[in-house]
Amino acid sequence: MQVLGILLLVFILGCAVSVAFTKNLLTAATVFMGQSLALSVVWILLESPDLSVTEAAVGTGIESLLLFVTLKKIRAVDQAIQSEEEKEEEEHGQTP
Amino acid sequence: MDLTNYFEIAAMILFGIGLTLLLLNRNMIKKIIGFSMTDSAIFLYLAAKGYISGRKAPIVTDGITAAEAYVNPIPSGLVLTGIVVSVAGSAVLLALTVRLYRMYHTLDLDEITDKARKGGR
Amino acid sequence: MARRLDPKGQSLYARFLRYLSEGDDRLDREVMHAVDAPPAQPAAETVKAPELPARVPEAVVRRHTRAARIFYLVAAALMAAGISLLLILTTTDLPSFGDDGNPVNNEVVRRYLEDGMRETGSVNLVTGMILDYRAFDTLGESNVLFTAACAVMILLRAGNREERIEIEADERMENRNQDPILQTVTRLLVPLILMFGCYVILNGHLSPGGGFSGGAVLGAAMILYLNAFGSGSAGRFMTLAVHRAVTVTALSFYALSKAYSFFTGANHLPSVITPGTPGNLFSAGLIPYLNICVGLVVCFTMYAFFALFRKGDI
Repeated sequence: MQVLGILLLVFILGCAVSVAFTKNLLTAATVFMGQSLALSVVWILLESPDLSVTEAAVGTGIESLLLFVTLKKIRAVDQAIQSEEEKEEEEHGQTP
Repeated sequence: MDLTNYFEIAAMILFGIGLTLLLLNRNMIKKIIGFSMTDSAIFLYLAAKGYISGRKAPIVTDGITAAEAYVNPIPSGLVLTGIVVSVAGSAVLLALTVRLYRMYHTLDLDEITDKARKGGR
Repeated sequence: MARRLDPKGQSLYARFLRYLSEGDDRLDREVMHAVDAPPAQPAAETVKAPELPARVPEAVVRRHTRAARIFYLVAAALMAAGISLLLILTTTDLPSFGDDGNPVNNEVVRRYLEDGMRETGSVNLVTGMILDYRAFDTLGESNVLFTAACAVMILLRAGNREERIEIEADERMENRNQDPILQTVTRLLVPLILMFGCYVILNGHLSPGGGFSGGAVLGAAMILYLNAFGSGSAGRFMTLAVHRAVTVTALSFYALSKAYSFFTGANHLPSVITPGTPGNLFSAGLIPYLNICVGLVVCFTMYAFFALFRKGDI
C-alpha cells in the first residue's frame, strides 16, 4: 500500500508540473482534472472515504466543469465580437 | 534519517508548484488553476495529519466504539468543508475573469494592467 | 435626510441604489469618469479615455512599468522559492507519519470516537461531528456557498445589449447541436443519477457520503439535463424563483433548527431531540434533515454556477 501511495503522489506532482509547462489552456484544465482524480484515490489510502466521494464529485466534477465552461465562454465572447464587427462592416459598406 | 512523511513532503512540493503558478504566470486561467492547486496541497497535508497506521476509517462497525480502532476524524471534517469552499472561491474568480475578458479582450494580466492604466478598452 | 447629507448622490449607498435600478453599465462608466457627466446616450458605444498629463512622456511611463515588472518577477520568484524551501525543510522536523502519540491525537478525539455514536446517534462519526458537534462550521460553509452564488449572479447576469448578443450567439450554436445520442442517453441516465444522489444524501449518517457529495451529484444530474436539452426545457422547472426559494428555505431551516442548542445549552436543559437507534434510517436526531438542507443548497449552487456561466441567466 505504501508503494501505491508513492506512485500516486509522483503522478500528482507530474500532473502539476505538466500544468505549469503547457501552453494550451484546454490541456491544462484536463490534466488538472486528472490530478483531482488521483487525489481522490489518495484520500482512500488515508482512510477517509467521505473526502474521497466529495473530492470526486466536487473537485473533479464541478471545478473542472467550471474551467471548461469558462474557456467556452471566452471563445464565445470572441465569436460574438467578430460577428458584431462583421455586421458593422456590412452596414458601413452599404451606406458609403 | 528516517523519512516517513511522504505525504507531507509531496503536499509542500505541490504547494510550491501551485504558488509558482499563481505568482509567475501571466495567464489568468493558469493563476486560478495554481490557486486551486495550493488549496489541494493544504488539504492533502491536513488529511495526512489525521492518519494513524493500522486503524480503520471512522465508521462504527460491529459496535466497536473504542478509540483505538479508528483514525482521527477531526482533520477529515475540516477538509470536507474546505473542498467545497475552495470550489466556491474558484467559481467567483472565474466569473471575474470572464468579466475582465469581456472588457479588455485578453487573458494576459500585464496587458490588462497596461490598458487599465491608459484607461482604454 | 439622505438628500440633505448627500445632495449630489455621490455616496456609496446612493451609487449602489443607482446600480440596482439601472444596471451595471453605468457603474463601469462611473468608475472611469466623474459622476457629473451626462447620463448614458444610447448611441455612444465607446468610452473616451482620460489622457495622461502632458508632463510625463510615454517613454518614461513605459520604462517605469518595465522596471516595476522586472522587480515584481524577481521578488515573486524569490518569495515562491523561499516559502517552498522553508516549508519543505520544516517537514523534516515533523513527528512521524501515522504515529499514535502525535500531538494531534488528543482527548477531543477520544471523546468524539467513544461517545460519538451514543450522543449523536450517527454511525458515520465524521458526519456526526460536522453536523452535530460542529454544526456551526457547516452553517458557515453553506453561507459561503450561498454568498458565492450571489456574487457570481451579480457578475454574470446578462444586463445590457452586448451580453444579450453573446447569449444569442450561444443559443444559435446550441440549437445546431441537438444531439440524438446525448438526448437518449440523458433520458436514461438522469433519473438514475438523481436516485443515486438522493441515496448518498439520505445515507449520510450510515455510510460515507453526506450532504456535500450527494448535493454535488444532484447538481451534476441537473447540469447534464441542461446540456442535453437546452435552456428551454430546463427553464420549465429550474427558474430563479425556485432557486431563491429553495436555498433561502434550506439555510433558514438549518439555522433555526440548530438554534435550539443555544437555548438548551445555556439553561443546562437536556436536549429535546433524541438520538434514536443507531443504524436506522430515521435516527441521529436532526442529522438527516440537516443533510437534506445542505444537499439542496449545494445542488442549487452548483447548478446556478453552471447556468450563469453557460447562458447568463438561471
